[in-house]
Amino acid sequence: MNKPSNVVEMTPETNLGDNSTAAYDIEKIRADFPILSREVYGKPLVYLDNGASAQKPRQVIDAISEVFEQYYSNVHRGVHWTSQQSTTAFEGGRSKVAKFLNAPSENEIIFTRGATESINLVAHSWGRTFLKAGDEVIISHMEHHANIVPWQMLRQELGIDLKVVPIDDDGNFMFDEYENLLSPKTKLVAVTHVSNALGSVVPVKDVIEKAHAQGALVLLDGCQAVPHAAVDVQDLDVDFYVFSGHKLYGPTGIGVLWGREDLLNSMTPYQTGGEMISSVTFEKTTFKKAPHRFEAGTPAIAEAIGLGVAIDYVQAIGLDNIAAHEHGVLQYATERLLTIEGLKIIGTAKEKAAIISFDLDGVHPHDLGTFVDRAGVAVRVGHHCAQPVMDRFGVAATARASFGLYNTRGEVDALVDALEETRKFFG
Amino acid sequence: MFDELRDLYQEVILDHGKNPRNFRRPEDATCLAHGNNPVCGDTLVIYLTLDSDERIQDAAFQGQGCAISVASASMMTDILKGKTATEAKRLFEGFHNMCTRDDFDISQLSDCDEDAIDRLVMLSGVKEFPIRVKCATLAWHTMQAAVSGDEETSTE
Repeated sequence: MNKPSNVVEMTPETNLGDNSTAAYDIEKIRADFPILSREVYGKPLVYLDNGASAQKPRQVIDAISEVFEQYYSNVHRGVHWTSQQSTTAFEGGRSKVAKFLNAPSENEIIFTRGATESINLVAHSWGRTFLKAGDEVIISHMEHHANIVPWQMLRQELGIDLKVVPIDDDGNFMFDEYENLLSPKTKLVAVTHVSNALGSVVPVKDVIEKAHAQGALVLLDGCQAVPHAAVDVQDLDVDFYVFSGHKLYGPTGIGVLWGREDLLNSMTPYQTGGEMISSVTFEKTTFKKAPHRFEAGTPAIAEAIGLGVAIDYVQAIGLDNIAAHEHGVLQYATERLLTIEGLKIIGTAKEKAAIISFDLDGVHPHDLGTFVDRAGVAVRVGHHCAQPVMDRFGVAATARASFGLYNTRGEVDALVDALEETRKFFG
Repeated sequence: MFDELRDLYQEVILDHGKNPRNFRRPEDATCLAHGNNPVCGDTLVIYLTLDSDERIQDAAFQGQGCAISVASASMMTDILKGKTATEAKRLFEGFHNMCTRDDFDISQLSDCDEDAIDRLVMLSGVKEFPIRVKCATLAWHTMQAAVSGDEETSTE
C-alpha cells in the first residue's frame, strides 16, 4: 500500500477540464462523512479548511463510540477483560501507524497530542541531550510556528544557532541556499514536508541526502503531507517524522512521532511519571525503552484507536488515488480562481499539495472569510501560524482553501461564486 | 447572496473602510499606542493630541486591517476630536458593552454625544459575528492604551 513517494506527481487522469476525477466514487466517499450533508445558513456546507483540520468519516466516529460503549478501560495495566481489549486495540492503532509510514518497528511509533508536541518532544529530549552551543539547526522560511519556536527556545537555552533556508517568489524551497547553509556544524535539519500556508512540496529526499552527507539528522513535519500522499520513512531515509491525527481524518488530541529506534532509545524522557518506567525506588528510576519511555501517563486511548481506523480508511481508498483526485481539484481550483479579477495566488511552487493561499485585491482576508462563510464556504483566513511566510510575501494575512479527499469541483465552483459576489460587494 | 451582511457592512462603514479619515501621523501627537490583533494580523497605531485639560485636540491613526477595523478606527478618530479623555473612556466602555452584552441598554448612554452613539450603534452590528468583535474594538482598546500610557496593546 505504501508506495515510496515523497513527491506528489500529476497523473494523466488529472488533466484540466476533465470533470470526472475517476480516482474513486466521490459521492460514495462523501456519504461516509456525516457533516458534509449538513447545511449552514441554509446552504450546503462546503468545507475547504482541511489544512486546519479534516472532517471525520462515520467509520472513525463509530470506532470511537464503540470504544466507550463496548470495551473502554485504561491500557497496559489491568488483567481484566476490558483492559486487555483496550490494550489490544490501542496497540493495534500503533501497529497501523507503523505500517502506514512503513516504519521498521512499532516501537518507533510514539503517540503524542499532535505534531506540535512531537516536535517539542524531539527538541526537549534529543536537543537537550545532543546539542550544545555553536551547533546549528536548519529550518526553512515556510515552517509552521510549531517548527520554529521550539528551536528558538533551544537557541535561548543552549546557545545553538538557527539557520533559515529561504524560499523564492513562488514559494519554492531554495535548494542551493540550503546546500550553502549546510556545514559540519549542522546537527539537525527540521523542515516541513509540505507547507501549510503555501502548499509547496519540499524536495525532502534530496534534503535528507545532503544533510546526512554532513552528518546531520533530519526531522520532517508531515502534517500537510500524510493526508495527501503515501509516506515511506525507510525510502526517505529520514530520522524523525511527525504528524497530527486530526488532519488525517482522525480525532484531535492524537499525533505521532516516528523516530529511528536507536535514536529514540538514546534520548532522555520527555515527561516522566507512570507507564514510562521500568522500576522506581526513591533512590533511582530506570526508564522503559521507546515507545513507552515517551508516553508518560494515561494516553489518548480512544483517539489512538480512532487514528488507526482513519488510516484504514485512507488506505482503503488508496493514497495514490487520493493524491490523483486532489490534484485534479487543485488544478481546477487554480484555474477557476485565476479567472477572478484581482485574485492573486500566493504560493505557486512547482510541486504543490492541494492548498491554495490567495489575496483578493480590495478585500481584506478577514472580510472575505466572513462573506464566503455566509455562502456556506469554510476557508481559513489569517497568517496560518506561519507569520514569516506572510512577511516574505508582504501580506499580513491570506485566505486559504485547502482541499481534502472528499472535495469536489462543484465545491470549487461554490467558492468561486462566493468570491465573485464578495468582490462585487466591495467593488 | 449577502443580504444579511448588509446590517454590518453598511455603506457608511464600507466608505470609512475604503477611504479612512484621519489616516495620518500628526506631528504634535502627545501620546500613541500600537494595537495588534494576532488572530488576523491587523495592526494599528493610534495618535492622540491632548491639551492641558486632557481634551483630545486631534486623533489620527495608521496601520492596516479589515474593513471593519479600519472603519472603526476612522470613525473613532472622528468621534474623539473635542472629547475629554474621560468622555472617550465612557464611549469606549459603552461601545464595548454594545458589541458584547445581551443586556446592553442604550439609555445608559443618553447623556453622550448622540451623533457618536449613532455611529457606534452602526458598528455594533459585529455583535452578530462574535469572531469579528475584536476587529471593531481594536482601535478603541488601542486608544484607551494610548491615554493610559501603554504603548502596546493586543486584543488577545
